[in-house]
Amino acid sequence: MTYQERLQHVSVLGAVGKMGSGILLLTAVEMADLSLKPENKGKSFVLNAIDVSDDALSGVIRYLKAQVLKVAEKKVVALRQVYAGRADLIENEEIIQQYIFDVISLVRTTTRIEAAYDSTMVFEAIREDPEMKTAIFARILANNSNDPWFFTNTSSIPIGKLDEGAGLGGRIIGFHFYNPPAVQKLVEIIKSAHTLPDVETFALQYAKNLRKVVVPSNDKAGFIGNGHFMRDILHAGSEVERLTAAYGFTGAIYAINRISQDYLVRPMGIFQLIDYVGVDVCSFIMSVMNPYHPGENIHSPLLDRYLSLGIRGGQYSDGSQKDGILKYEKGRPIAIYDPDQQAYIPLAEIQPAVEEKMGTLPVPPAWKAVVGSKTKEEILRTYFSQLSTASGEGVALARAYAKKSCEIGKFLVSSGVAFNDNDVNTVLLTGFFHAYGPINDYLG
Amino acid sequence: MIAGYNTLSMGTGRKEFSPKKDRPGLEEYIREAGQGTLKQIGGAGNVDECVIGNFMASRFNKQANLAAFFPYVDEGLRYKPAVRVEGACATGGLALMTGIKSILAETAEVVLVIGVEVQNTVKAIYCADYLAGAGWFKNRKNGHAYFFPGQFSDRAGAYFAKYGRDKTRQALARWFRNAIENARLCPTAQEYHNTVNDLDALGLTEPNGKTFIDNLNVFDCSKVSDGASAITIVSEEGLKRCGIPASEAIEVLGWGQMEEDITRPPVDPTALTTTAEAVRQALSSAGITREQIATAEIHDCFTIAGLMCMEAIGFAEKGKGAEFILDGHTARNGKIPINTTGGLIGWGHPTGGTGVHQAVTILEQLTGKAGDAQVPIPADRPYGLTVNMGGDDKSLVSIVYKKGS
Repeated sequence: MTYQERLQHVSVLGAVGKMGSGILLLTAVEMADLSLKPENKGKSFVLNAIDVSDDALSGVIRYLKAQVLKVAEKKVVALRQVYAGRADLIENEEIIQQYIFDVISLVRTTTRIEAAYDSTMVFEAIREDPEMKTAIFARILANNSNDPWFFTNTSSIPIGKLDEGAGLGGRIIGFHFYNPPAVQKLVEIIKSAHTLPDVETFALQYAKNLRKVVVPSNDKAGFIGNGHFMRDILHAGSEVERLTAAYGFTGAIYAINRISQDYLVRPMGIFQLIDYVGVDVCSFIMSVMNPYHPGENIHSPLLDRYLSLGIRGGQYSDGSQKDGILKYEKGRPIAIYDPDQQAYIPLAEIQPAVEEKMGTLPVPPAWKAVVGSKTKEEILRTYFSQLSTASGEGVALARAYAKKSCEIGKFLVSSGVAFNDNDVNTVLLTGFFHAYGPINDYLG
Repeated sequence: MIAGYNTLSMGTGRKEFSPKKDRPGLEEYIREAGQGTLKQIGGAGNVDECVIGNFMASRFNKQANLAAFFPYVDEGLRYKPAVRVEGACATGGLALMTGIKSILAETAEVVLVIGVEVQNTVKAIYCADYLAGAGWFKNRKNGHAYFFPGQFSDRAGAYFAKYGRDKTRQALARWFRNAIENARLCPTAQEYHNTVNDLDALGLTEPNGKTFIDNLNVFDCSKVSDGASAITIVSEEGLKRCGIPASEAIEVLGWGQMEEDITRPPVDPTALTTTAEAVRQALSSAGITREQIATAEIHDCFTIAGLMCMEAIGFAEKGKGAEFILDGHTARNGKIPINTTGGLIGWGHPTGGTGVHQAVTILEQLTGKAGDAQVPIPADRPYGLTVNMGGDDKSLVSIVYKKGS
């Protein structure tokens, strides 16, 4: 079966979620581009969008329409060639609208898993529940005579476990998009011990066609992205615990969030990132990873405490940030939740005392200015050189945080999760939009 | 001509511009420009006739019958004759010619002329569809997604092949730099807020045919603009009626106005042959030579059009336009300062308003009212020239002016 034949009948499981809808969009566009090639005229292409709610599925079509419009507008130069033979399509607007129609018409929304029984490809983006995934894969395989392949978007569950649990015989690969899939360039590709070579070949071709940056990861729970992120959270949690006596709880949260954003030149602080992903999601990923790392305790009492109070974070369907550990106004943190008082404390009440305690730090370059700069390396070296020689509590916290991040990165390589330092750095640079990889010699 | 007025040229580049925020509509631009001029001439009661130039409001704004906006500008214009004219990007020039001919026909002593376009109602990719109406629609299907940029990219490609690419690209980048530097001197210019240090590097950005066009980059292109300009055309009697001294007026000495067949490809893709003929007629009817021109406002819808226009006017020999620009002759301190407030690339290109804006700029320059953008007007070279082009060298209006006396 060729690449194109494999993509003629596809199902996306969990199609209305943030990850699933993005995968649906990228796959729909890729399938439409194949279907519009002259040699494929008359061939059918079907993309099932499968999820549990009809209401949400109608929303996903609206999402697709809006997103495909943007895709079409960007590539209208090429689309004019695609539709060159259509005398009725003259203006850009007519061509763009036709392309949207052609993409959307591939998609069938359904709440019935049976739709996947005819598919040759199944993309899975349902919740991180190994038992649920395994049961669904096994059910589809048992009822599908088309030798289906399974691409799972899991960010934490070992692929081998899913492969064995569902009896897939290597017809599976981890194809881990980053959020949101339509924007983020990175995918982690994870093979099980038995993943078929053809499945990997297809995965690499698919990623290339989607213009993604591929980083291979070994099949160790959490892989590289969450392998670093979850341990970063644990470090932040232990630092908050350590600092609470001196800074107060919300003061410690403020200090670590500020250190991990501004002083490490990252796009957002660690607690804002937890809110972005979801406090509950982070906690759940830890619970999935923990059994596979017996020497460690991948578990955060801090997250448990927030969850027990109903603080979950995450995002609204329009992509705006819900309140979580931090409270937001126009996407910017304005307060921190104090579990003791069960109320948000405005940053203005926390900030002055903590800043004074942290002392004077070297002025960090703004993340936005660094990531796009041609002299990024020089800027970072200058800044970290200042950080390494300065003194004060804040400076010490920043250095400790950066060193811990580096240690985590190196651990991912030494423990066999990542193949090399560069892969770790690529994931953090591309998937987390960091300005630099964690494995570096900036602090000597 | 007297009493020029320009609104801001609004669009990307202006700090006030945000595509997501509400902006003034077509009627607001018309009213601001019209009132700006009426205030200078003693009010609407002095006006006999009105002309409004607009290219494509029917698509950008879903609005036609624009002449009926004059009473909205000022109640004093109710029940007065008015007309809307259109000739693609030469619309403004045609509006001026319509007013000039009313004066010459003695049907009016004072004609209020407004040119307007509000284009940021749609994204650039749809704007390209609307502006393609300046070409023959039967060519649209096989044309580029960005139709007019594609047309002039083809011209640039032909010019590169004939006269060499590197030097020409450098000249186009210099044209861009001159345009931005001039625009920084004019508060109404779209690029007034531009603070880029290395304009040469920006201008030399390598074109990318996969996402845009083969031979030009986005900096080679004029702006997508919202804006309006207004001016008043008067007879000697009209000048007295408006109470404005002749020293604050410019006199129309001659013009060239013509059309080329829209269904035909360019006679020579490396030359603007209709432009050359229009300028020849303008100079001839004015009884002057190009060497007597102090400053010119020319139609640089693309940098390559600016370069070719230098050759069409005869400032540079054919094939020597790049050298002429690189030698600094078109800069504000050069032999012949061109587009002293930025032209279409720097000031902006509200298509139906551009021809009127050119006249306003010449009025300001020749009467010494150009502010920071003022260039010297030598006594032995007292003339101003405008070149306003519609389509791909199809509709042309070129006018020669001199300060009133």
